Parts: sequence; C-alpha cells; structure tokens
Amino acid sequence: MRYETPTTTREAATLMAQAKGSAFVLAGGTDLLVRMKSGLIEPDLVVDIKHIPATQSIEKTAAGFRIGAAVPAVAMSENAALKKAWPGVVEAANLIGSDQIQSRCTIVGNLCNASPAADSVPAMIAAGAKAIIVGPHGRRTVAVEKVVTGPGAMSLEKGEVIEAITLPKRPPKSGDAFLRFIPRTEMDIAIVSAGVCLTLDNKRVIKKARVALGAVAPTVVLVPAAAKAIVGSKLDDLNDEVMEKLAAACAAACSPIDDKRGTVEFRIEVAGVLARRAAKIAYQRAGGA
Amino acid sequence: MSAVLVSTTVNGDQTEFVCQTDETLLDVLRNRLGLTGSKEGCGTGDCGACSVIVDGRLVCSCLVLGVEAEGSEVNTIEGLADGDNLHPLQSKFIEHAALQCGVCTPGFLIAAKVLLDRNPNPSDVEIRFALAGNLCRCTGYDKIVRAVKAAAKEVRKRR
Ligand SMILES: Cc1cc2nc3c(=O)[nH]c(=O)nc-3n(C[C@H](O)[C@H](O)[C@H](O)COP(=O)(O)OP(=O)(O)OC[C@H]3O[C@@H](n4cnc5c(N)ncnc54)[C@H](O)[C@@H]3O)c2cc1C
Ligand code: FES
Ligand code: FES
Repeated sequence: MRYETPTTTREAATLMAQAKGSAFVLAGGTDLLVRMKSGLIEPDLVVDIKHIPATQSIEKTAAGFRIGAAVPAVAMSENAALKKAWPGVVEAANLIGSDQIQSRCTIVGNLCNASPAADSVPAMIAAGAKAIIVGPHGRRTVAVEKVVTGPGAMSLEKGEVIEAITLPKRPPKSGDAFLRFIPRTEMDIAIVSAGVCLTLDNKRVIKKARVALGAVAPTVVLVPAAAKAIVGSKLDDLNDEVMEKLAAACAAACSPIDDKRGTVEFRIEVAGVLARRAAKIAYQRAGGA
Repeated sequence: MSAVLVSTTVNGDQTEFVCQTDETLLDVLRNRLGLTGSKEGCGTGDCGACSVIVDGRLVCSCLVLGVEAEGSEVNTIEGLADGDNLHPLQSKFIEHAALQCGVCTPGFLIAAKVLLDRNPNPSDVEIRFALAGNLCRCTGYDKIVRAVKAAAKEVRKRR
C-alpha cells in the first residue's frame, strides 16, 4: 500500500486521479481503517489529506464558515463562534462516536462514508451546507444533499476530493437543531435522525425552513414538504395542527428498512416525533419562544 | 515492500521506527517498540483498550496508521507514572479495586487522564460520558467512576 501526504488539495486530487488500483482519501480514518481491517477494502493507495493547510482549519468568512475536511469533530466544539452560529451542526458532529473517535472523525468523512445514518449529514443539509470539491478539472461547489446518491455511492468523480464544507452566515432570527434516536445514550448508530433549520420574520412566523431526515431512506433526505408544512406558522403556541402536518410530511418522505434495530412503522413514527422536537428547539434558538 | 521510516516522540523520548504503511499505531507500539501496555480488545474503535494520546488528543491507536504518527507526540500508559511514583489515577484504581482482569485498564487510565487534564473536577455524568468509548467486561464501571473521582480530588490537591 502506497501512503502519500500531499500538501495541496490539487496534488491530492492528481494522486487520486492517476491512481491505478483502488485509492482512498484518508481523513480521520475511523471508517476507512475499520473497512481496511475487516478486509472489505484493500487499498493500493491511501492519500492522507491531513497535511494540506486548506483542510486544517475552521475559518469565519464573509459568507459564513469554512470547515476544512481534515478538522476533527472535537475542534468544532472548541470553536465558540461556530457553536454559537450553528449549534445544531456542531451538536450533530459531536454525537459521532466516543471522545476517542471525536479526536479523529471529520464531517466530510462522515458524509463520504455515504451512510444514510451519518449523524452530521442531516444537520449539514438543514443548515444549507455546501461541499467545496477539488478535482483534476478544477474546483466546484455542490450542496451537501447532492453529494451522496445511495448507500455507499457518491456523485464525486474519480480524482475528486472534498477540501472543505461551507456553512452560510446564519441569517437573523434563525436557529438549527439536530436530534437522533438510538437505543442508548452514547456510541450507537441512529435508527432515525432529524435536522431542522428555521428562519423567522419579525412576528415570529416561520419564513423559511429546511428539514432533513436520516436513516429512513437510502440517503439522508431533504424534505421540502415538511418545510412547507410549517412555513407561515408559529410554533410557540405548540400548534398541534401544524405539528401534525409536519409529522405527516416527514412520514410520507420515509422509505426505511426493517431490521433488528427498528421496524418500518417505528422509524416512520419516530421520524415525525424527532422532526417536531427538533423544530421546537430550532424555533426557540431562532428567538421564537 | 512499503516499509517506511517514521520519527516520533513517544512518552517524551525521540523515537524512530520502521513500519509497513498499513500497520496500525497500536501494532507498532506493541510489536516494534515493546510497549505492550496498550491492548487490542476489538481493533475497530469500539472498546478503547488501545487508547493513547497523540498530539494532546485521545485516540484509539487501532484506528491510526503507524505512518500517520510521523512528527507527532505520542503518550501511552507506559509514560503515565513518574518513575516509581504512580499517577493518582493509578493509585486510586488500585485503592478502589477498579480493575479485575486489567485488559481495559490502560485505556481507562489514559482516557481518564485526558479528562482530568481538561476538567479536574468532573461530575459522575461527565466521567461516564468521557469514558463512554472504553468498555469493561469485569467491573461494572461503578468502581472505575469512583476511582476517577477520587483521583480528581487528589489531582486538585496537588495543583
Ligand atoms: C467506534 C465508532 C463509533 C462511531 N460512531 C458513529 C456515530 O455515532 N455516528 C456516525 O455518524 N458515525 C459513527 N462512526 C463512523 C465514523 O466515525 C464517521 O462516519 C466519521 O465521521 C468518519 O470520518 P473520518 O474522518 O474518520 O473518515 P475516514 O475514515 O477518513 O473516511 C471515510 C470515507 O470518506 C472518504 N473521504 C474522507 N475524506 C474525504 C475527502 N475529503 N474527500 C473525499 N473522500 C473522503 C474516505 O476515502 C472514506 O471512504 C463511528 C465509527 C467508529 C469506529
Ligand atoms: S482495540 Fe482499539 S478500540 Fe478496541
Ligand atoms: S477489568 Fe477486565 S475488562 Fe475491565
């Protein structure tokens, strides 16, 4: 196995593009090493992106935030400005694994593992996150919900490497939240998860919403119908009718699997429950109540 | 083959080793450097028995490649005691009988050290969350939590 430590993303992309056999990007390695050790993959080339300066930091920019692809999740929780602007995204990233895993795991690795249960992904999608992708033909920016196309499948072309994730500047009167359901309180895979981001107007009426669900379909799904169900309403009076509509829209977007961790009925029911609860938290954070 | 020369600092000592590119840091520590304190329980990041500190951060050494340690500072259980003087965590684990077979113990001690370095006065809940990445088949965890609390008190006294 060839191990390379490029110092620019361009160089990493070239290495990946020119690779003959099986080649993998290495970020925190918490998925990649598990797959290597179980024999699922036998890389001929591993490209470690942790020596690329552009992947290493969290920057506050005019447009919002830029989180490098090698930034471990623990560093997100240490960044006060990021935590204040996007608490849902940071909380979701911090749910990944134990402290040991947090020291290593990245949100880009979480995304590129292409699991529908990836914890940081619904929160990123709800927040309107974008991936900055560098490839042999240059650079492009893609909405996070367009990156994964199925379980283990990605829209990245050969040689393309994600350099960073961007989050928009949080609009005024906005808030985000993420919740997951697992059978225990730590170290488990989501059975259902929900990320919600809301923007209110001056009268605390929801003006804009994004709702994303995890582990209930082949990929994390953005559910525009769920957003539509709550736009134009207030949640502070715990308006049951609006909440029912939100839950129903979420249920309609679910096509989950049935397994020992959760039945289809259970996942569909809980998707609505989590979306409602996450919406309430996001509403509060937006200054609604 | 793909053997690589790696330079690191292990427990304060400048250390060089040669390893295969796909070899884990845990295997390097145990098989090449003779530091067998870190254990392999699962090899997949779930049990924490292989916990070490790399550049100040707690990691599972079974999920780090040896080659990734180039230029890094690695701290293992072998460096926890100060010569013959045990770290308060080690003394309190003995005092509180926070171990039986002992396989998980080096990992718990390292994870607890990282916790106390950051937070010398953790609550029970904080201790349990900080140690959630470490599994123990023997003790039932209660004695471990008590030992960490007692060690925290000791650490605070010495400050
Ligand atoms: C004990 C344990 C507990 C876990 N718990 C959780 C959990 O609670 N929730 C959860 O969602 N996940 C969990 N995971 C899975 C894993 O930790 C996460 O998916 C993590 O975010 C992966 O990030 P990484 O940086 O370690 O990825 P890596 O292993 O480095 O990479 C993952 C994949 O993405 C590709 N990749 C990485 N970076 C890039 C890039 N910049 N461009 C292109 N491709 C890239 C790699 O080639 C690889 O295929 C757990 C894993 C372990 C071992
Ligand atoms: S051996 Fe590394 S976590 Fe179990
Ligand atoms: S003492 Fe035996 S596993 Fe913890």
